[in-house]
Amino acid sequence: MPDLGPHAVFILSAYGVTFVVIAALALAVVEDDRKQRRILADLERRGIRRRSATTAAKSKAGAPGKPPRKRTP
Amino acid sequence: MASLANPTRFLSLVDRLVPWLTVLTLLLLGVGLYLSFFVAPPDYQQGETVRIMFIHVPAAWLAMFGYMLIAVASLGTLIWRHPLADVAAKTAAPIGATFTFVALVTGSLWGKPMWGTYWVWDARLTSVLVLFLLYLGLIALWQAIEEPGRAGRAAAILALVGAINVPIIKFSVDWWNTLHQSASVFRLGGPTIDPSMLAPLFVMAIAFTLLFVLLHLIAMRAEILRRRVRALQQTQVERAALVEA
Repeated sequence: MPDLGPHAVFILSAYGVTFVVIAALALAVVEDDRKQRRILADLERRGIRRRSATTAAKSKAGAPGKPPRKRTP
Repeated sequence: MASLANPTRFLSLVDRLVPWLTVLTLLLLGVGLYLSFFVAPPDYQQGETVRIMFIHVPAAWLAMFGYMLIAVASLGTLIWRHPLADVAAKTAAPIGATFTFVALVTGSLWGKPMWGTYWVWDARLTSVLVLFLLYLGLIALWQAIEEPGRAGRAAAILALVGAINVPIIKFSVDWWNTLHQSASVFRLGGPTIDPSMLAPLFVMAIAFTLLFVLLHLIAMRAEILRRRVRALQQTQVERAALVEA
């Protein structure tokens, strides 16, 4: 690390704030993603599935069914 | 490209892209930080504080990029009513707000030793503050309306009205007499920055852009899943009501 001179506190504060704020954002985004995956997996374990997902599962099992439809994302 | 408009295919692509993007982003951030602190020389006028520019400038670029992304996605919401467009706009807002906040704070921390003040109400600084407030307004609007479709359309209108602020930010330094310096990278006649400082700036800019894209893709995936969960829970409630009836 070079000698940052008399303004070191401003430089290090700028990098520190950037790191903390972006790390907090990244953690929040990743945690939200995990939370939604957990909830969806829990619903599917209880047999509550999207119609298209159920149809796809039946098709894989060889049962006839309607092709998947475009629905809520 | 059109197949990506299918949320399930989009999710599959995100699952494949995220690990690669994570590695590439961390690698470029590492290289960028090394260049910023160990390779770039101090500026003849700014001294060591020039190192703040390697995070301030990319953050400011992404603050505007994020808003333009929301504006373009808002057109997709209003014209084609595509649910992915609304998802893209909604999830870009907190990320754009964060980069705008970083641009404001790092600019302020650079301003104190260089200008002698943390803040001045000049056109560039004020218009970036307005951009930050627009982001907060959009986030609040999405939170205030429960039904995603209605919230998306209302936010899309606000986002498009607010898009007028982006060219104001860009050209504020040319249109008004500001303390903030004029463009020194993207300008007619080429950059005015020495290559020894331009290299870390570009590496950090690419790293920040990849970080934005990575976080946006993960946030979009989470939002799509949230809407699926919401739809399933609604179906469950409707079924329970039918059984009771």
